[in-house]
This record gives sequence, C-alpha cells and structure tokens, in this order.
Amino acid sequence: MFESLSDGLQSAFKSLAGKGKLTESNMRDGLEIVQKSMLEADVSYSVVQDFMGQVSEKALGKRVLLSLRPNEELVRIVHDELISILGPVDSSLHLKSEGPTIIMLCGLQGSGKTTTCGKLSQLLKEQDIKPMLVAADLQRPAAIEQLHVIGRQLDIPVYSEADNKDPVKVCQNGVAKAKAEGARVVILDTAGRLAIDDELMAELAKIDKKVGPDQVYLVVDGMTGQDAVNSAGAFNDALELDGVIMTKLDGDARGGALLSVKHVTGVPIKFIGTGEHFDALEPFRPEGMASRILQMGDIVAAAREA
Amino acid sequence: QKTRRTLNTDIRDLFKSEGRLVDDTLLNELFAKLIRTDMGIGPAETIRDDVATRLRGRVVHFEEVVQTITEQTRTMLQQESTELRLADTGPTVILVVGVNGSGKTTSIGKLANHLHQAGHKVVLGAGDTFRAAAVEQLTVWAGRIGCDIVTGKPEADPASVAFQCVEQAIATGADIAIIDTAGRLQTQTNLMQQLEKIRRVVEKKIEGAPHEVLLVLDATAGQNAISQARGFSEAAGCTGIVLAKLDGSAKGGVVLPIREQFQLPVKFVGLGEGVEDIAPFDPASFANALFSE
Ligand SMILES: Nc1nc2c(ncn2[C@@H]2O[C@H](COP(=O)(O)OP(=O)(O)OP(=O)(O)O)[C@@H](O)[C@H]2O)c(=O)[nH]1
Ligand SMILES: Nc1nc2c(ncn2[C@@H]2O[C@H](COP(=O)(O)OP(=O)(O)OP(=O)(O)O)[C@@H](O)[C@H]2O)c(=O)[nH]1
Ligand SMILES: [Mg+2]
Ligand SMILES: [Mg+2]
Repeated sequence: MFESLSDGLQSAFKSLAGKGKLTESNMRDGLEIVQKSMLEADVSYSVVQDFMGQVSEKALGKRVLLSLRPNEELVRIVHDELISILGPVDSSLHLKSEGPTIIMLCGLQGSGKTTTCGKLSQLLKEQDIKPMLVAADLQRPAAIEQLHVIGRQLDIPVYSEADNKDPVKVCQNGVAKAKAEGARVVILDTAGRLAIDDELMAELAKIDKKVGPDQVYLVVDGMTGQDAVNSAGAFNDALELDGVIMTKLDGDARGGALLSVKHVTGVPIKFIGTGEHFDALEPFRPEGMASRILQMGDIVAAAREA
Repeated sequence: QKTRRTLNTDIRDLFKSEGRLVDDTLLNELFAKLIRTDMGIGPAETIRDDVATRLRGRVVHFEEVVQTITEQTRTMLQQESTELRLADTGPTVILVVGVNGSGKTTSIGKLANHLHQAGHKVVLGAGDTFRAAAVEQLTVWAGRIGCDIVTGKPEADPASVAFQCVEQAIATGADIAIIDTAGRLQTQTNLMQQLEKIRRVVEKKIEGAPHEVLLVLDATAGQNAISQARGFSEAAGCTGIVLAKLDGSAKGGVVLPIREQFQLPVKFVGLGEGVEDIAPFDPASFANALFSE
C-alpha cells in the first residue's frame, strides 16, 4: 500500500511539474492521492471531503502567485491547511486562582481515561500542585482499585465510595471533600461509555450539569477509525467539551481520527498520550500531527523528486 | 463553537423508491458508505467496482445493490468454523493478546463464562502483571463466573504466571486454561518478544499448546488494526480474532482486509460489558449489519 502510494504520488507530481500554475484538472491526481492517504490514516470520509474542497479552493485562489513549482506548492497548501485546522495550540489546564478547578475526563471504553488521570496528576505535581482524583467509574470491574493504585504510585489522594451506586453523588461528595481540604485541582475519572448508550450518556450529562466541571476533556484512542465522527459527536452533544486528548500515539497509528474529532467538536486538542507511564503525555503540536496523518515526509519527498 | 454533528445516513437514502441509475455519482456515494465501515480503500474499491461491473447503466433498487454487496462481503469472510480448537487430551490452553484497552480481560471473562456454561472446567491466568489493578479486574470476573484463577505478584514475570496457570489446569483436571496478557502495541519489540516467551513456556508444559491464540481487536479501530494483526500474528502466532465492542456504532469492517491478508478468522464478537455479552461470529449477520444504519 505504502509504496504504491509514494509511487503514485511521484507520478502525480511529475505530471504537475513545469505546468506553472495549479488548475483544477492538473491538481486532480495529486489531490486524489492526498485524499487516499487521509482515508488510510482513518480520517472520516465526510471530513476528508470537506478538507479536499477547502484545499482545492485555496490552491485555485492562489494560482496566480505560483510559478515554478506547483507540486511543492500543492503540498505546502495541504500541509498548512491541516495545521491550521488542527490548531490553535492550547495545552493550558486553565486553573482557577480560587477554589478547586474541576477537570472531568470522558470517552469510550478503554480509550485511556484512567491512565490519563494519572498523567495529568503527574504534570500538576511537577508544578507543585497536588490534585485529588475522584473514582466516578462505578461500572468497570476494579476501576476504583485501578485509580487507587495510581494514587499510591503518585502519592496523591483518591476519593472513592465503596457502596455508592450513583456517580453524580460520588463526584459531588468528592468535590466537597476537595474544597474542604483545599485541593487546587480535582480530576474526575468517569466510566467508559458508548456514544449510543443513551442512559450512560444522560448520566454523564447529569454529572456535567450538577457538578459543573471547569474543564471537560474527551479522551480518544489514537487507533480509532471512521466511527470517530459519531462518537465525538455524541459526547459533544451531551457535554460542553473544552478539549481533546488523544492517546496511544506511541505506536504506528496515524491518528487521522483526530482530524474528525476536531472537525466535529471544534475544541482545542490539548495533549497526546505516548505511552503507559505517567510521564508519557505531551502538549499537542499540530505540525507533527499533520505530518503523521498525511505521512508528509513521504509526500514532500515525492514532490521534490518529481 | 460547536459544529453540527455528522449524521450517519443509511444506504437506503441513496435510492429513491423508483430506483436510481447506477452512475459515477451513485458509485461515489456507495464508496463513502463502504469506507465508513472501516474496511479500507482496497476492499471498498473492490466492492464498488464489482457493483459497477454488474449494474452500471441500470436503474436499480436498494435491495438489489445491498444484496450484491452483502454477498461479496460474506464471501470475503467465509471461514470454515468459528469453533475453538480444543486439545484431544489434557487441558486446552488459550492465550489472549492485543493492544492496550482493546477488551482482552473483559473478553476473557465472557468467554470463560461461555465455556463454563457449556460444561467445561475453566481456569484463568492473570498474566497482566503490569497494568494497575489488572489482576483485581480478572479476579472479579473469575468470581462472577465461579471459576479458578491463578495470579502472580505485581511485576511478576508473565511467563511464570502462564506456566503456573497451565500447571494448575493439569493438576486440577481443568479442561481449559485462558491466559490474560498485558496490553501492548505491536511496535514494542521487547514486549512482543515477551509473548513469544509465554508461548514457549506454555508449549514446554503441554505439547501443541497454546491451542488458540486469540487477538482481541476493538471494533472502533481503523486501519491500524491491520498492523496489529500483522504484528501480533508474527510474534504470537494468532489463530483467531475476538472483535470486541461491536455493540457500539462502529462496524468493525477492518476484519475484511485482515481476513484477506492474514487468513485470520473472527471467532467471537463482543457485544457489551455484561457476562453474557459475547457471541460466536456469524459472517451473514455481520455482513448485514455492516450496511445497515
Ligand atoms: N501505549 C499506550 N497505552 C496507553 C496510553 N494511554 C493509556 N494506555 C493503556 O490503555 C489501556 C486502557 O487504559 P485505561 O486508562 O484503563 O482506559 P480507560 O479509558 O480508563 O478504560 P475504561 O475505564 O475501561 O473505559 C491501559 O492498558 C493503559 O495502560 C498511551 O498513551 N499509550
Ligand atoms: N461496550 C463494550 N465494552 C467493552 C466490550 N469489551 C470490553 N469492553 C470495555 O472496554 C474497556 C476495556 O476492556 P478491558 O477488558 O479492560 O481491555 P484490555 O484489553 O484487557 O485492556 P488492557 O489490559 O488495559 O490492555 C472496559 O471498560 C470494558 O468494560 C464490549 O464488547 N462492549
Ligand atoms: Mg477507566
Ligand atoms: Mg486487560
């Protein structure tokens, strides 16, 4: 797949070389390959369509300025457009100066919420802020214990209630305790849920309403496919999202779902997770992600060689 | 600023009741629907081109095209049997592998219950000694089912836990030992080698074991699942797939190219977080669900 993509790119760019300007017809092959690359990277189909429309519009609008290398110009336009869509950069947790700042993590099952609670805590600890974790996942077997293990590893307090069946109450009680103890940050670890699970989505919306978290982050698995538009859409409809964290980008997943999530939610991408350990959290950088999604290295090389 | 949620439309929407001409526009729309199942460009092009060859220029009805596509995918997914390969004598060993959070531990719980209900004596091996409370999680499942579990100390060598689990299965006359492993990404060479070691240790104890190596894939995964199937097959010799989380809106279409490239059959599908939420894979209903709303 990969080689054929690069080969195809090269011939597409060859056909552009020396044309002097980008026209709808001479861009077609190049754009088609960009489109394929994005689909292979798991960007949702509808999002790819929108993106291609935007890019060709931009390219056509600029054609008078182009002279020597239309192929490189097309790549630059694609790259710049991706970066601008993925931005702006904002990895601040927007901590309040008074009272505890409440951060809530939500997402599908297994996306990495609980681990990310630990990672955010580590980040805060580095700034001499001791957060409190609240175990609001009352669904998954041993979820509470998992959070306690993380709390012990990081030496931070974890609030949990053994017999309470109502996550809304647990969050309220946890936040009250945090206030009483003067914690500056509270992080709510919620249960994983499916976007189509109306009952659990309503429960999440209830936590949002009754507990009023200051920052709500959607945690998305970096390996997610086309369904990202649906799931992110459902979380976005149920909650006031403030940011997105994409996990498991330490492997070879291209992470195109991030573009879908960004398209649907419009909120900033805060961090990416790059491992299982607590220090494996990086502020989001659009440039790196744009290259990763498009395998930009290959594409740029193909454009140069053509 | 919230953008309007993109809605999934049914293939049905593409066709007016009086039928539609099969032309480029329609083929593109069809391609979009195929891509949305996560089957990837290759299979989507194959199916689209097949529809074009058969039906281009004709006015068709929804049922006609869906039938064509469903037949095509069902053929792609044709497999001999979803039955687990059980040992002729002595315990059967099932090793369960996959990337982080795909649904391994939960699938083990459900599978163990399925086998327990069928009258097998099952023992679980808590081979994930890394993730926080992974052992406790599997212990909860063992309790729900009422089966034995072998655990090691946190940070213990997973291969030694696997070894003890197989030993206990033999000693107690259990029929089936199911071994959990920590989630890992297929690109992590050291961790992948650890799976090879677990295999070797188990094989030393019982010839021909592990009899099944099940790769748990998350149905929401996209094209990276192909890389997962390749990496885990190479390191652990996978014999089948459990497609977890198929109860959501994701279609799990990536098993099509995986089937094509690695001949890996899907054996079970996961349909929820409850103890009963697992079912043997059925190509026909899977193919039908791929293209329903
Ligand atoms: N490689 C890698 N693994 C990760 C990353 N983030 C989380 N994980 C792993 O993914 C798995 C699931 O993580 P959890 O934090 O339990 O996910 P969760 O969203 O809380 O899961 P549920 O509560 O069951 O919905 C664990 O094995 C984590 O160690 C990451 O950035 N990279
Ligand atoms: N809806 C749904 N959720 C599932 C299914 N299978 C697993 N889950 C959930 O997905 C999350 C992760 O499942 P685990 O079984 O812990 O996954 P794992 O692969 O063992 O994770 P690690 O050991 O951390 O790599 C949990 O919240 C499960 O309840 C399924 O078929 N449907
Ligand atoms: Mg969790
Ligand atoms: Mg597990």
